[in-house]
Amino acid sequence: MRDFEYKAPATIDEAVTLLAERGSEARVLAGGTDIIVQLREGLKEAGLVVDVKKIPELMSLTWRDDGGLDIGGAVPCHVLYNDTKVVNAYPAITDSAKIIGGWQIQGRASLGGNLCNSSPAADSIPALIVESAACRIAGPEGERHVPVQEFCTAPGANVLTEGEMLVSLALPPVGESSGSRYMRFIPRNEMDIAVTGAGAWLRLGEGGETVEEARLALSAVAPTPVVADEAQAWLQGKPATEESFAEAGDIARKAAAPISDMRGPADYRTHLVGVLVKRALNGALGRARGGDRNPVTPSGINLC
Amino acid sequence: MGKKIHVSTTINGEAVEFLCEARQSFLEVLRDTLTLTGAKEGCNNGNCGACTVLMNGVPVDSCLVLAVEADGAEFETVESIATEEHLHPLQECFLEGAALQCGICTPGFLVSAKALLDNQPEPTEEEIRFELSGNLCRCTGYDKIVRAVQTASERMKEVK
Repeated sequence: MRDFEYKAPATIDEAVTLLAERGSEARVLAGGTDIIVQLREGLKEAGLVVDVKKIPELMSLTWRDDGGLDIGGAVPCHVLYNDTKVVNAYPAITDSAKIIGGWQIQGRASLGGNLCNSSPAADSIPALIVESAACRIAGPEGERHVPVQEFCTAPGANVLTEGEMLVSLALPPVGESSGSRYMRFIPRNEMDIAVTGAGAWLRLGEGGETVEEARLALSAVAPTPVVADEAQAWLQGKPATEESFAEAGDIARKAAAPISDMRGPADYRTHLVGVLVKRALNGALGRARGGDRNPVTPSGINLC
Repeated sequence: MGKKIHVSTTINGEAVEFLCEARQSFLEVLRDTLTLTGAKEGCNNGNCGACTVLMNGVPVDSCLVLAVEADGAEFETVESIATEEHLHPLQECFLEGAALQCGICTPGFLVSAKALLDNQPEPTEEEIRFELSGNLCRCTGYDKIVRAVQTASERMKEVK
């Protein structure tokens, strides 16, 4: 790996100043599980690496007065799924945090890093989208907020401009009778990149038998994570049943525009969208009705 | 040669200082500068877990930690697992159960398995397989490793 300068600023202002001064040769270091590999393998270059883990806002979980949560951009995955309050509030997010790499990766990798790496197959992005997360971005022009679903623009690309950095992810307060689930298909049991992934969130109407509102997002089926708009709108007011969820899965396939690659052919990925959307909705329903919110492994056991 | 940076850290309970370049991984410094060669370089990209160490109590791949990030942190490496007189029950069980062949993955498995048993003294087989999924072994087919962890868990329970 070529040498670079290393700075670990203590405040957002200092970090933004460094990033703005050095422009495209500056790279942000959070957990390092993507950027260190990319630098080592020559996929990216850096003249300056800005380690943001000494900045308190980047490393903290803050429950706001309105009941929502701000997740610091560099908070590692293991902190999230080991926090019962976070697991109970935003289970799709902790589902994803528990399956990004293995334990060693989760000790360092952050949701902010997963988002800024902007892989189409990122596990946490569909989860963040269905939980309605927004990015708090700091830059030389001040602060701006962007919904996670508008953040990624192409494989490996996003809306951040030179000098900007992701500070935190803001999640809205959790309402009654709602639940969420993220799941993916991989040919191994663990430690793999999604062939296809699906996040589902729903809120049930009075009596708990109908879907009042639903949100669906998909990974690895388009150049960026995508929202299954038509399927989530269709679900509104429908009975919360397996039949509805299967039909929503069928409709969600229209949102998929996958490529064929080493992980799977395009038509197989489109097929998986239907299966995963149905199953993720079932999982979200179980949780909306008071079921266990702990991350579920592919073999079906709870580990937290 | 890049500019050297001074780092103060704690490894296996001892204060350690070293000089490194910003581009160097903590694994590189452990092995080449500090001659703590227990942690192994397998893939050098965060897949295999052969370089697993505990950083502030949490398992991490030391190939994906910059050495400069070690400043102010506390580490435990595989060298801390045995005492002067005794192997750790996990090490005994790995040896007795032939849970290794070439041995490159073994230090990483020992650090991860110890962290698992410290958190969860009686894991199920599925829990062992899930929590050790960040450690790859190309020799054993994993069954002997899983059984060694199970046997160590039982042995540690008896000792208590």
